[in-house]
Amino acid sequence: MKCNRLVDAGRRQFLRGGMMATAGAVATTVMTPEQAKARALARVEMPTNRLANIADLVVNEPLDITYPDEESLGVLLKLGEAVEGGVGPDGDIVAFSVLCPHKGWMMTYSPEDKSLNCPGHHSRFDCENGGQQIWGHATNNLPQFLLSVDDKGDIYANGVDELIYGRLSNVL
Amino acid sequence: MAYKRQIDRLPIIPADAKEHNVTCHYCIVGCGYKAYTWPLHKQGGTNPDENKFGVDLSEQQYQDTEAWYAPSMYNVVRQDGKDVHLVVKPDVDCVVNSGLGSIRGARMAENRPSKVTGTQQQRLSDPLVWRNGVWQPTSWEDAMDLVTRVTARVVTEGSEDDLVVSMFDHGGSAGGYENTWGTGKLYFESMKIKNCRIHNRPAYNSEVHSTRDMGIGELNYAYEDYTLTDTIFMVGANSMETQTNLYLNHMVPGLQNGARMVVVDPRRTLTVHSSEQYAGPDNILHLAIKEGTDMALFNAILTQIVDQGWMDSDFIGNSTFQGGEAVAEDSAHPAGLGSLDYAMQTCRTSLEEAAEICGVPAADIQKAAEWIAMPHDDGSRRKCVTCYEKGIIWGNDNYRTIGALVNIAMATGNVGREGGGVCRLGGHQEGYYRPSDAHVGRPAEYIDQFLIRGLGGVHHIWACDHYKTTLNAAEFKRVHKRRADMVKDAIDAAAGGTRDQLIDAIVAAINAGGLFVVDVDIIHSQIGQNAHVILPACELNEMNLTSMNGERRLRLSEKYMDPYGNSKPDCLIAAEMARSMEHVLREMGHDAYADQFKGYDWQTEEDAFMDGFNVGNPEVTYDRLRAMGNDGVQEPVVGYENGVLVGTKRLYADGTFDRHGRDDKKALFCAAGWRGWQAAGKAREQATHRFWINNVRANIFWQNQFLDQKNEFVQDRFPYPFVEMNPDDMVDMDLKPGDLIEIINDNGVTQGMAYPTPSSKRDQVAMVFGSPAGSQGNVVNPGVNELVLPDYKHCWGDIRKVSNATRETAGITFKSKEVML
Ligand code: SF4
Ligand code: FES
Repeated sequence: MKCNRLVDAGRRQFLRGGMMATAGAVATTVMTPEQAKARALARVEMPTNRLANIADLVVNEPLDITYPDEESLGVLLKLGEAVEGGVGPDGDIVAFSVLCPHKGWMMTYSPEDKSLNCPGHHSRFDCENGGQQIWGHATNNLPQFLLSVDDKGDIYANGVDELIYGRLSNVL
Repeated sequence: MAYKRQIDRLPIIPADAKEHNVTCHYCIVGCGYKAYTWPLHKQGGTNPDENKFGVDLSEQQYQDTEAWYAPSMYNVVRQDGKDVHLVVKPDVDCVVNSGLGSIRGARMAENRPSKVTGTQQQRLSDPLVWRNGVWQPTSWEDAMDLVTRVTARVVTEGSEDDLVVSMFDHGGSAGGYENTWGTGKLYFESMKIKNCRIHNRPAYNSEVHSTRDMGIGELNYAYEDYTLTDTIFMVGANSMETQTNLYLNHMVPGLQNGARMVVVDPRRTLTVHSSEQYAGPDNILHLAIKEGTDMALFNAILTQIVDQGWMDSDFIGNSTFQGGEAVAEDSAHPAGLGSLDYAMQTCRTSLEEAAEICGVPAADIQKAAEWIAMPHDDGSRRKCVTCYEKGIIWGNDNYRTIGALVNIAMATGNVGREGGGVCRLGGHQEGYYRPSDAHVGRPAEYIDQFLIRGLGGVHHIWACDHYKTTLNAAEFKRVHKRRADMVKDAIDAAAGGTRDQLIDAIVAAINAGGLFVVDVDIIHSQIGQNAHVILPACELNEMNLTSMNGERRLRLSEKYMDPYGNSKPDCLIAAEMARSMEHVLREMGHDAYADQFKGYDWQTEEDAFMDGFNVGNPEVTYDRLRAMGNDGVQEPVVGYENGVLVGTKRLYADGTFDRHGRDDKKALFCAAGWRGWQAAGKAREQATHRFWINNVRANIFWQNQFLDQKNEFVQDRFPYPFVEMNPDDMVDMDLKPGDLIEIINDNGVTQGMAYPTPSSKRDQVAMVFGSPAGSQGNVVNPGVNELVLPDYKHCWGDIRKVSNATRETAGITFKSKEVML
C-alpha cells in the first residue's frame, strides 16, 4: 500500500537550511506616508505566476510547484475527472499548498484516493473537494491556488483562498 | 465545496502585546496556550523588533514554528470595555502539549463572542424571562427575584426534595473550582439538595465507583508515564481523537521509543490506525471484541497473569489486602472486594471461555497478557500503563468491568510507579470542589426518572443540555416539555397581574404537575427551550478559572476579556441566587432558614476560590498559580518552597492506598463476576434489531457542539451527525454517502447522515454523540447499573432512509478518515 509519491523529499532539506539563513536579514524601515498609502489595499495583491503547461501534466501524478513564491510549496494535479473549481478543458486541474495547515509539515499525495496526507500528525485533505480536511488537526481547510489556463495551455496561479502555513501574509 | 475563510493576511502581534496564560477550555488534556491582546489601532510589524516573536516575519516560517497562527486563532474581543486584537495560540513551552494545538483548542479565539467580527452571536448577553409568550430580556434583579421567589415558595411549602438540580461538575469551559464551589456551596451547604444530577449522567454519582472502592483514585499517573512504559493498554478510548495532544505529545513518543500498544475496542479507531503508522503494525494489538464483553477479556488476562506467575508478588503482599473478603456485595457495591485469591474465585476465566464470549482468538488474548505482564528476558518486570474511558465507563456493567481492569494493574504492580498507572483518560478537565455530597446517598436518585414520574417542582439547570446528552432522551424531552409548558401557560394567563399573583399562578401550576425551569448557560440551549428564566453565564478567560487536567495538573487560566454583555461567572450567579434566597426567605419570615444563605459576599471569582478551594488547599492562591504559568503544579499540592508550589507527580508512589478511606491503606481486588448484559432491556434490544448503534466522539466537535453549532468550519464538514457504516451495508440498503437516515427502536428515533466506512464491521454503526441535529440519546434505553451509571454505548436499532443527500451533505468529502502515507 506504500505506493504514495513523496511530493519532493529533497525540498525538506532545503527548507531546513533556509531556516538558518533567514535570521536578522532585514533592517528596520520607516514608512513614508506615500508608501503607507500605496500599501493600503484591502487585500494582499497576489502575483500571477505561470506554473506549467497542460502538456506537462499526467493524470493523477502530482507536479511540484511553488506559489506565490518559491518558499510556498504546492502541487499541481490533473485529477482525471472534473471537480468544482477545476480548470482546463476537462475541468480537472487543481493546485494546493502542501504545507500542512496544522504545523507546517510537508504532505504527500496519495494517488489511491487523491488526497494529501500529513506524516506529522496524520491530517488529510481531499484534492477532489476543494482541499476539505477529511480528518485532522488543522483548523482550516487546505489553501487552494486559484488557476486559469490560456490559449496555449499555460496554467497560471492567480490567488489563494486561505492563509498559507508559516506566513502571516500570503505575499511576503 | 470546502469552506474557506478567504483570509490572506493577519494582524501581527506587536512586541509589547499583553500576554496571558490560558489552559485550553476543552478536553481533559488541558493544553497550554498563550493569549496575546493589544489595542485595535496598533499593530506589530515584520521586523524582529516589531513583533512578539523577535523574528523576521517577511520570511517564510518553517515546520513547527512558534511564529505563525491560523485565522482561527485570531479575533477582536472586548477587554476592559475596549475592543482589542486577540490571538490565542498553543504554548511551545508547556510540558503538556509542547506547542501542539488541536482542531478543537486551536479555534478558541474564533469561538469567542465578538460584536466586531460577528462570531458566537448565539451567546447570551442578558437574563431572559418567559413573559407575554416569548423570552424577554430583563435585568438580573428582576430575573433573580422571580427565580428565588418561586424556589423559596416550593422548598418551604414542600421540601428541598422538590428542588431538582442539574449541575456540571467539570473543569475547563465554564466549570472549574470557582464555579463548582459556587453551586456546591449553594446546594450542598446552604441547602441539602439530594435530587441532583451531573451534566452527562442521570444521577449525582461517580463514574468510576469501583476503582475508588478498591482504594485507587482514577487519575493517578503522570503523562510522562506513556514515554517511560513498555506497554500502553488502552480500553474503550480513542485518544487520537479525544485526548489529542496527550496522544501526540506523550503516547506517540512512547510508541516511537519502542512501547507496544494493546487497544480494546469493538471498532477499529483512528488511534489504532495511527498507532500502526507510528509504531509498525506488529507492535499494535487491536482486540476488536464483541460489544460489552470487556470484563470477560480482562478476567482471562488476569487469569493468565496469575497462572503464569507474572504477578508482582511484593506489591501484592505489601500493598493489597490479604484476608479474603473485605467488602461484601450489597446494594451499594455491585461486586465484592478483597484479596487477590478472593477475587480469583469469581474472576477465573479461561482463554477459551473469553475467546467465545468476546469473539476474538484465544491466542490474541494470550498475546495481550504477555505484552502487559510477561517479565523481560532478564527477569525485570514489564511496565504497563492502563488507560480507559467511555467505552467501559458508559458500558456494560460499569462497576465490575472497571474493577476487572484495575485488578490487572494491581496484580502487576502498575500503580504509583514510573511507566505505570491505571487511569481514566477523561472528557472535560476536572475542577470539582464542593462540600460533602454524602447526603445524596448511594445509590443516588435516578433524576431523569424522578422527573418523568412527575416529581419535583423546580428544576435548576447549570450548563447541562439533557436534550442532547442524556439517555432515554425522547421520553425525557416529551415529559420535561409537557411539564414546563404547564407553567408557561400559567405565566401567560397571569399576564398583567402583580408579582405575587404571578408567583401564585406558577406555584399552582407546579402543584398541578408542572415544572418551573431555570436555565443557567452561555447559550440558549435545547433544554433551555423549556426554561422560564434563563440566566447568562460566561466562560473561562472571560473570568479567571482554575482546573486540573488528566494528570492532576492545576493551572490558572487567566481572564483576558470581558464577559459577553451582562453575563457573569457561574460562581457569582450562585452567590447572587443565595443572597436573593436569603432576602426572600427573610421576607417570608423564615429567618433561621434565611441565615443558612449567608456567606456569599463575593465580588470576584477569586473570592469564590478563596472561600472554597483555598480553604482545603491553603498553599494555593491565584498569585502563586499565576507564577507557575502553563506548567502549573500537579495536585495534590503539598507545599510552597522557594517561591514554587510543590506538587505530586504520581499518586500512591509509597504503595499505600486511601481512596476507599480504609485505615489499613491496602488496595482491594474486585470480584468481577461476568453476567452478560447487566442493564435492563439490553439483551432483548440486541436480539430484536439489526444494527448495534455505537455512540462515539470525533475530534472536530467539542462535546455537544454548544459552540461548534455556530462554527462554520465545523458545520461545513459535518452538517449532520455522521453515522459510520460498512459500505456493503449501505449497498444492501440502497444508501448513498450523505443520505439522511433514521435510527429507530422502542426508545425513540434519531437522525443522521450515512458515512461509508470500510473499517466498520457489518451491522455495526458508529454515530457521533450529542449532536444538535440528531441526538443519539433518543434511542438509548433507560437501563443503568445498580449505582445509576448509564449504559449509553449499548443500543440497537433499525435503519431507514429518510431522504437523499441534501445540498450540504452531498458537498462534503466521504473519504476514509484513515491517513494514507
Ligand atoms: S487536545 Fe484537548 S486540551 Fe489540547 S488543544 Fe485539543 S481540546 Fe484543547
Ligand atoms: S503538521 Fe500536519 S497533521 Fe500536524
